[in-house]
Amino acid sequence: MSEPAVVVDGLVMQYAATTAVDHLSLTVDRGTITAVLGPNGAGKTTTLETCEGYRAPQQGTVRVLGLDPRRQARELLPRIGVMLQEGGAWSGARAPEMLRHVAALHAHPLDPGLLEERLGLADCGRTPYRRLSGGQKQRLGLAMALVGRPEVVFVDEPTAGLDPAARHTVWELFAELRADGVTVVLTTHYMEEAERLSDRIHIIDRGRLIASGTPLELTRGGALSTIRLVVTKPFPPEAPVSLKTALGPEIEVVQLDELTLIVTGPADASTLAKVSRWCEDNAVLPESLTLGTRNLEDVFLELTGRELLP
Amino acid sequence: MTGTFTPAPGAAPLPRMVLTQARMESRLMLRNGEQLLLAVVIPVIVLVGMVRGAGRLGLDYDHPVVDVVTPGVLALAVMSTAFTSLAIATAFERRYGVLKRLGASPLPRSGLLLGKVGALLLVELLQLVVLSVAGQLLGWDPLVSASSLAGAALAVLLGTAAFAALGLLMAGALRAEATLAGANLVYLLLLAAGAVVLPASAYGGFGHVAQWLPSGALGEAMRDALVDGTVAWRDLVVLLGWAVLGTAATTRTFSWE
Repeated sequence: MSEPAVVVDGLVMQYAATTAVDHLSLTVDRGTITAVLGPNGAGKTTTLETCEGYRAPQQGTVRVLGLDPRRQARELLPRIGVMLQEGGAWSGARAPEMLRHVAALHAHPLDPGLLEERLGLADCGRTPYRRLSGGQKQRLGLAMALVGRPEVVFVDEPTAGLDPAARHTVWELFAELRADGVTVVLTTHYMEEAERLSDRIHIIDRGRLIASGTPLELTRGGALSTIRLVVTKPFPPEAPVSLKTALGPEIEVVQLDELTLIVTGPADASTLAKVSRWCEDNAVLPESLTLGTRNLEDVFLELTGRELLP
Repeated sequence: MTGTFTPAPGAAPLPRMVLTQARMESRLMLRNGEQLLLAVVIPVIVLVGMVRGAGRLGLDYDHPVVDVVTPGVLALAVMSTAFTSLAIATAFERRYGVLKRLGASPLPRSGLLLGKVGALLLVELLQLVVLSVAGQLLGWDPLVSASSLAGAALAVLLGTAAFAALGLLMAGALRAEATLAGANLVYLLLLAAGAVVLPASAYGGFGHVAQWLPSGALGEAMRDALVDGTVAWRDLVVLLGWAVLGTAATTRTFSWE
């Protein structure tokens, strides 16, 4: 697969005073599941909507399957599937009717009945769209994105509002899409979703790409651990440096806020003991001291100094 | 090796997409209670009320009242569907992201518009059949000739174009709730004072103004065709003018989201 499915190069998008996307460049390889991970308002949806042709890039270029989503929309649109974050169906339409409508706009659609069965939509029956549950609406949106047998699907927060069982069904479906050669581009703010599901993750924050890699690369294979130290009184200003000196050069120390320090590295129980001793020596009273495997949440935290989930 | 989801993308042929869209939109329009009320129930009530209450209302024409009122009620039906129903439906399509979603489908915008036109004409055809039967039951005896049918058909087509352009203008610029209120208000005002059901001559001095409204022009063109058997070129040109004006304004202001 030579040509990438998506190439975003130097994209800038501004609304009024805010910069939603700030010189963003990323690539999505064909046949992968690629997650665009970031907190709400990071610019994920704007980026996706530029790929889908809804918005023209103000600066930079976007290519999907080698095509310009604005100028070559007629050529591109039949080849992609789009799931919006919400809505997208007539309030009075029934789920099977809506899915068959979208199917009929394509040349070789999937059997709508099959998708209904796979996504648990069979029991929506004659209920109009406006009375479907949030989860049913999400699953219908996903079915509508897939029914045209696209090469690339763009799914915006596909599992928001789904219960755990439905979320796993969707994850399995994505894995099957990848196995059949479909490229899946998804946005999410669930790090577990990105970590478990995707081949590649682009972490964006405030419209900028701050990290890209496979889940293993980003978390360094879980070989690293994280110690989170929360104290009762604000740290003295020199605390991060002093703690790093105490722990050695392989250890990273990041101050999250005035009461929290994050220690990352090949940390184990002995590191924990050293942190504890440092607290004693510096008259710092820990409220909690927790050791965990480094995950995407920690990666995000290190890179931005902020939590991924509010 | 092919799996269930192996890509096989492609757009359906345009005629099939347009037909699918028209079928879906007309089905949704006919399923909606309020829209059905506007499309059929109100015109029937107006027709029966005017014909039965002609004496009390002081309606007196050279022709039987039912012959004058029925073409006007047909014009009203066109106005209700092409303007009010279309405006409300489109405004809520914007609100619920239907236009946005279809914007990412293989259906081009021209196909979407053609689909809407198809749905309008289909619903109007049903309205014309129901209202013509109702008129016949009340004794309607239209003048049927080549020129009367041509005049009526042109009036319906140009009236649909004019009102649909204005309906889309409203739906594409205002919020859904504002469109709901506004489209109904305009409908009521034109029904009462727009020379659609009753001839412009019934409104005294205001009749001269009403003739230039799309409602008055459509009503007059329908009456000229079905009462006198003539093609009302002046009124058809007025409708064409509104259609051109409305389309120009809509293409400038319509926002799809």
